[in-house]
Amino acid sequence: MEKSLEQPPEAPGTLPRKSERAVVFALVGNPNCGKTTLFNALTGLRQKVGNYPGVTIEKKVGECYSQHGKIMRVIDLPGSYSLAARSPDEAIMRDVLLGRRSDTPQPDRVICVLDSSNLERNLYLATQVLELGMPTIVVLNMMDLAAARSVEIDAEELERKFGVPVVRCEAVGGKGLRELRLAMSRSELPASRYQAPIPERVRAPVTDIADAATRRPHTEPSPRARGEALLLLTEHDGVEVAGSKHAPDSAQARLEKWTNQWRAEGFDWRGALIGARYEAIGRLCAETMQHGGLGAITMSDRIDSVLVHRVWGWVALSSVMTLLFLSIFTFAETPMNWIDGGMAWLSNTVRDVMPAGDLRDLITNGMIAGVGGVVIFLPQILILFFFIGLLEATGYMARAAFIMDRLMSRVGLNGKSFIPLLSSYACAIPGIMATRTIEEPKDRLVTILVAPLMSCSARLPVYLLMIAALFPVEQVPAFQKSGLMLLMYALGTIGAFCFAWIFKRFLLKGAPSLMIMELPPYRLPSLRNVLMQMLERAVAFLRRAGTIILGISILLWFLTTYPKPSAETPVDSPIAQSFAGKLGHVIEPVIEPLGFNWQIGIGLISSFAAREVFVSSMAVVYSVDEDAEEDARPLRDALLGARWPDGRAVFTPLVCLGLMVFYVFAMQCISTTVVVRRETGGWRWPLFQLGYMTGFAYFVTLIFHQGGRALGFG
Amino acid sequence: MADGTFNLSDLSPGSSAVLRVLPITGTSFLRLREMGLLPGTRIKLVRRAPLGDPIEIEVRGYHLSLRKEEARQVLVSPV
Repeated sequence: MEKSLEQPPEAPGTLPRKSERAVVFALVGNPNCGKTTLFNALTGLRQKVGNYPGVTIEKKVGECYSQHGKIMRVIDLPGSYSLAARSPDEAIMRDVLLGRRSDTPQPDRVICVLDSSNLERNLYLATQVLELGMPTIVVLNMMDLAAARSVEIDAEELERKFGVPVVRCEAVGGKGLRELRLAMSRSELPASRYQAPIPERVRAPVTDIADAATRRPHTEPSPRARGEALLLLTEHDGVEVAGSKHAPDSAQARLEKWTNQWRAEGFDWRGALIGARYEAIGRLCAETMQHGGLGAITMSDRIDSVLVHRVWGWVALSSVMTLLFLSIFTFAETPMNWIDGGMAWLSNTVRDVMPAGDLRDLITNGMIAGVGGVVIFLPQILILFFFIGLLEATGYMARAAFIMDRLMSRVGLNGKSFIPLLSSYACAIPGIMATRTIEEPKDRLVTILVAPLMSCSARLPVYLLMIAALFPVEQVPAFQKSGLMLLMYALGTIGAFCFAWIFKRFLLKGAPSLMIMELPPYRLPSLRNVLMQMLERAVAFLRRAGTIILGISILLWFLTTYPKPSAETPVDSPIAQSFAGKLGHVIEPVIEPLGFNWQIGIGLISSFAAREVFVSSMAVVYSVDEDAEEDARPLRDALLGARWPDGRAVFTPLVCLGLMVFYVFAMQCISTTVVVRRETGGWRWPLFQLGYMTGFAYFVTLIFHQGGRALGFG
Repeated sequence: MADGTFNLSDLSPGSSAVLRVLPITGTSFLRLREMGLLPGTRIKLVRRAPLGDPIEIEVRGYHLSLRKEEARQVLVSPV
């Protein structure tokens, strides 16, 4: 433990010569400082995205080449305003930088990215990092934005003050990248000599705590030990994450001694330390920064006077959202048809090439159909990721959260939950992945738990089939059908908000959520970045969900195929003989009070893979020609002809409505469950979600059906 | 108030004030201080959200949103 505080014996900044290990750079900076754009510009597609073990924070490592052709590795650390961590993301940033994680090599060098148009606040983190005494390169990013605000920064003077290279950069336009790469390629990189003065009253205690940490009393503490002591002093209930080492106990004991004493004296040591740092930053800025033309209304302000306006703000927000959904449903249709066609072609090719048999059946009906049923949603997911990326990159995402915060706070959430929940109307998967922008772990978890209640597009085929069965007469006015559809969407939305309120109130109690959020200036997004982010998220979805979906598809195929009907007892539908059919019979007593027969039971079981599978299962169960799926009428007629053994019709209006209500609330999506497991880091929450949603769906449908019968509708 | 200070939440949109007192406990106020909200810092209330809460302030050249609940605990005085 103490080792992490020791300075390495060799001179800092010297490239490791003996081993061939690539130099590791850590990329740190405030949120919105253009760090990720810089990371993408440096490493291009040579990136590896994974997770830090034990936590669900993205770990991004990329590679680039030095001017001598040597490989350099770059770790993109989560953005933070301070080394003192307030969220798990920030804790990861701190711990990787300080070499407290065994799963990530301690960075040899640091690239500290600053937003030049916002130098003062950005220097808070930068000076903290510089004081750790690691070889560092300071990047003054967004010089264009600074120029637009008539801010001039004397990089040479900053370089003299810090004692490390300072590089001017515009990562979006690619300016300054060559200079940065040159600085990165230097065989020796100095560590910073800069230290912000420590207030008199705290000076001796800092040395004391640093000494206790390194067990080397009465020596000048190393910059590293001094930096860690300062960090311990400013952190407030410092966030710890799984897999990280802590600061040594000896230092903790000294820390407590001093803070208890100060608390008794009423001394605000944190305020004194933060104030001293900002004073030092003020002096730095006064000597290196020229500010001309103050008070000019910026472009962002002008845009915001419309986009966050009392009236126009709502118009703009609803227009953006309408555009989002229109493009999902219009642009996604063609590629979805291609995928559909491609899967059919693949299936047919396999059918032509392979001899008839179980293996062929497994490949076509099990694997291709199962995976195809999920991959078909990929175009929608990609478009959603693209839009989310675009909203983030332009800065509008923060405004949407700002506008919606008041409404979301009514159920205990904050404005940042708005976009993830809205995305879930198309598909819960990108919605759940988009919750990463919510810093408060409890708010994020609640948003994840309720997101699948928003009616996603996979529910549409089920709703449509039931509406077709409800209104067999063609002359029913369209508004009646769409009104019913809207009612289902409303039901899910209301459910989501009620459950969010319940979870926040009783299950995940905690401090009220915060809305301390930066509203960054609007920026023209880099299309390349948005597209890279979209691809990265889509690949993550396919890789993580793909294998499990394949497994489940094979299992479901097995359940619906075996055992085969024997030759002596031919049946109308082989599925009735299968395990799934038997399972349908087994659960019939449970679902009968809902008005569902065992055939519907098969549909419910098979649609655990994905909700729309219900439709194809019904087609198989009622032996309707599968090729007729473009036209809902044959299946609708088959459903209307279905009878209980005693001759009553199965699909009465009450049952059709009950099925729709069931599908509104039930968690019938393996892919979502897999993604929730990944995002929450375990099986506990996805299983809870499966339980509460499906349990509630059963309960509501039961009341609906039995109540309806009691009232004489059945 | 007698000493001329008032709550940040009572500042009217478009006007500026100087921050005087910020609660010294609570992680959110620690973060606000680390983001540069210190006694003596000049703050401008840019606008309120369409539904009145949260508020948008300008501090040290950047824009920040915070809820009225937090703003009520921050004391400011006229420039």
